[in-house]
Amino acid sequence: MELFEAIILSVLAASTPLLIAATGELVTERAGVLNLGVEGMMIVGAACGFGGALLTGSTTVGAICGIAAGTALSLVFALMTLGLAVNQVATGLALTILGIGLSGLIGAGFVGERITPAPQLYIPGLTDIPILGRILFGEDGFVYASLLMVVGVWLFLYRTRSGLIIRAVGDNHVSAHALGYPVLKIRLGAVMFGGACAGLAGAYLPLAYTPFFVPGMTAGRGWIALALVVFSSWRPGRLVIGAYLFGAVTILQLHAQGWGVGIPSQFMSALPYLATVIVLVLISRARAGGSTAPAALGTVFVPDR
Amino acid sequence: MRRIVITATAMILTAAASMFSASAAEKLKVGFIYIGPVGDFGWTYQHELARRAMVKEFGDKVETTFLENVSEGPDSERSIEQLVRAGNKLIFTTSFGYMEPTLKVAKKYPNVRFEHATGYKRDKNMSTYSGRFYEGRYIQGIIAAKMSKTGVLGYIGSFPIPEVISGINSTILGAQTINPNIKVKIIWANSWFDPGKEADAAKALLDQGADVIMQHTDSPAAMQIASERGKWAFGQASEMIKFGPKAQLTSTLHNWTPYYIQRVKAELDGTWKSEDTWAGLKDKMVVMAPYTNMPDDVKKLAEDTEVAIRDGKLLPFKCPVVGQDGKEVECKGGHHLDDGQVLGMNFYVKGIDDKIPGK
Amino acid sequence: MLLVLEKRAEQSNTVALASPLIAICLTIVTMSILFAILDKNPISALGVYFIDPLTDGYSLQEIAVKAAPLVMIGIGLSLCYLANVWNIGAEGQLLAGAVAGSWLAVKTQGTDAGAWVLPTMLLMGAVAGALYALIPALCKVRFGASEILTSLMLVYVADLFLDYLVRGPWRDPAGFNFPTTAKFDPVATVPALIEGGRLHLGVVIALIVVAGAAVLLGRTIKGFEIRVVGAASRAARFGGFKSNRVILLTFAISGALAGLAGIIEVAGPVGHLQPGISPGYGFTAIIVAFLGRLNPMGILIAGLFLALTFIGGEQAQIAMKIPLDVTKVLQGLLLFYVLACDSLILYRFRLISPSPKAHHGVV
Repeated sequence: MELFEAIILSVLAASTPLLIAATGELVTERAGVLNLGVEGMMIVGAACGFGGALLTGSTTVGAICGIAAGTALSLVFALMTLGLAVNQVATGLALTILGIGLSGLIGAGFVGERITPAPQLYIPGLTDIPILGRILFGEDGFVYASLLMVVGVWLFLYRTRSGLIIRAVGDNHVSAHALGYPVLKIRLGAVMFGGACAGLAGAYLPLAYTPFFVPGMTAGRGWIALALVVFSSWRPGRLVIGAYLFGAVTILQLHAQGWGVGIPSQFMSALPYLATVIVLVLISRARAGGSTAPAALGTVFVPDR
Repeated sequence: MRRIVITATAMILTAAASMFSASAAEKLKVGFIYIGPVGDFGWTYQHELARRAMVKEFGDKVETTFLENVSEGPDSERSIEQLVRAGNKLIFTTSFGYMEPTLKVAKKYPNVRFEHATGYKRDKNMSTYSGRFYEGRYIQGIIAAKMSKTGVLGYIGSFPIPEVISGINSTILGAQTINPNIKVKIIWANSWFDPGKEADAAKALLDQGADVIMQHTDSPAAMQIASERGKWAFGQASEMIKFGPKAQLTSTLHNWTPYYIQRVKAELDGTWKSEDTWAGLKDKMVVMAPYTNMPDDVKKLAEDTEVAIRDGKLLPFKCPVVGQDGKEVECKGGHHLDDGQVLGMNFYVKGIDDKIPGK
Repeated sequence: MLLVLEKRAEQSNTVALASPLIAICLTIVTMSILFAILDKNPISALGVYFIDPLTDGYSLQEIAVKAAPLVMIGIGLSLCYLANVWNIGAEGQLLAGAVAGSWLAVKTQGTDAGAWVLPTMLLMGAVAGALYALIPALCKVRFGASEILTSLMLVYVADLFLDYLVRGPWRDPAGFNFPTTAKFDPVATVPALIEGGRLHLGVVIALIVVAGAAVLLGRTIKGFEIRVVGAASRAARFGGFKSNRVILLTFAISGALAGLAGIIEVAGPVGHLQPGISPGYGFTAIIVAFLGRLNPMGILIAGLFLALTFIGGEQAQIAMKIPLDVTKVLQGLLLFYVLACDSLILYRFRLISPSPKAHHGVV
């Protein structure tokens, strides 16, 4: 049972950055904007987050720096796609490249430094419960934040008026505009939230996962987060399942090696990606003639006067 | 006809270039190609330390340039050639994957010398060099067996190439001298440097019962995890004690400094010849980090083993070496496996339960 | 007073001509500021990046060699993007082509095969790339699945498959277990155009592709069909153009070109199959397609320009110790500015005073 608990803990840690980044992108896409620059925002979040923690000694400051960095980059994206009505796919890709380059420059001085990782919760009595104790009461702030965020987003999207409006904007921005809703402002907010989440997710890596900075440490997690949003059919509940599933495959692949299971490691590593393709096909088939994506996803909107 | 013209032009240009550089520059320009960032605290960092030491040694007589993060694909050939065209006369390419590109460029520029690390192809103007890291791993195996309470070692491998396989075997052979029933669990990261994956692999190994972690990957992630969990680990290539002050037992340090100084001196003196260097503890290419976090008797045992290997009295791959299949491996070097067998090692020794991936 | 964006009645031709120049100027200004922050002389840095590589015969060759796959793949991608489908998986299609062509090279290794080997390898590469691209295309056409994500996921799958092949079944038996195939025989290698030079057949093929695309898009019904389907799919249906077929066709062509570029890279400059044979050409080609404004001549120029920044960046690392990340920042910025300036072709800014009716019916 100890091994089971240990695996669950590893999976939780591995899935957290995916969950946080995907939650943000989910809100962005629900508002109708496709931001492919998640990887770029995550990686500047990692560099700035680490820098903040290194300079002040506080992982909370680091997390705030990461959030700020991701948000700043998302503003550039918003300026281009919302302000100048530029194609979202191209802008997102440019953002990724820019983000990778910037994080390399910012982080160049940080390589080789180390910080104290984010503290983990410890409640005497509760945390010591076998199996569930550490899983429920022994995590670091990021893990709890990720789960709270998902719940918060779910409540916001489905139980508040503003959430309803965001979904309306994402499904039909022309009608929403006709009804008088400030489409561009709403999208701006959604994009910024997505950027903040991506930055936080990126900051998680050097602040809690492996407490040092390495160029390129996000290693493609941003792209996986994008896949997760689609995998979850843009529903927060399914997002949690998807994130933990992806995290589990990554961790179990390593455990399988340790147990001597003879499947080629590349096949195991490929499973999450193949699974995403299959899920994409399946969920698109479920609705006749199309996927359940927000109908206006990725389309440009310029209010007419 | 065209070929004659091109060759003649090339010869004239090369002659002119060498005359020009010989008269204009007194400094020897030395170039370095690194596969990773100099701050990786692992493989590349050690090369960089050696480069700096070499510069300190020769002062004004040399001028160095390095390119980091050069991927092993088609870009590497261009990077090497650009170093040549920038006037570097001695170029170190520090990763196996640069072998073919280095060879190609070496053929093109016979007046420039090349040093390729961990490869096996040479030319009149191209040498190879590497370290007998397995010597250090033998010592680590002994220490690990002594320190482990569960009798299970965790090994994070990069790729199943001979260098890594011989390292695993050497570790186990050393460990078996202390505990004949020692077990090892191996996880392949499929990368030389991926801190996230290395951290996950370390966690998985520790979760599965290993309590000493060894690695053939380059980041301090595993050391960090071991430290968090109160277990032990060995650093790789560099000193990783900063990341695990109570966890690091020792590290097998790569010390390229004496070799780099020796080769630059040869170039300055005009005595440079193409060679194949494979040196270990004796020549100080492999150096053990101070033995820490272990009881005195283990420390003494480690030190004695180190001296024995250095003096040639103890050979990690002394015969008989028994393979996984139970059969004795042919002993081509007399009392021990010869260099060719170690360089091409493609089997696990008895006592390792896993299979080599891809076989 | 409010600044708003509004659509122009007609596309502005002056902006269309000036936009690339403005974008380049803005990039240069921003990069100069960046160089100054990094403590490097902006003028010398810009010189090393953009001017020096053009003054040297060797560098010019390298630019052409680096641009060839970018241009080839970029042209293919532009066809998809004109049809409003987003092929992000060119990198995977490139690898698929590399693997397929290499299969033949490995199979005929050491045997006395004739000159048919190389052309067949190239053909196999193109076919494999096309087939691999048809997977996301079919998923889109049959099931409505997002081609952006399916094509992207397949990139990782292709990369891992290649990794498995060179570490396992195709590994060079004499190669000490290192993950690479044996060096390809001369019949399986792309020949250089001039002996001892670096220009190879791939460069010629790239130019042919550019010409072909220009003809296709400018002068054929098919080309017209592609553009109409992309611009107005309902109007296209009225015109009898089937958008599904266009999607499949454009994906197949772009996959074929990516696969061809892949096998040429492997059989040419590299000479054997190993992990990491592509430094992200499939993704860089996306930038090239956009920089070239989805126009064949534009893509040719954009490909050459981007290759120039790569080569310049490497030389800057040697000559001025400028980190390679700066090249990425430059490319990202350039794309941003080009996209931003281009949007002014279709839209313009207007200063208006807020009117009362803007406030009613609000949240």
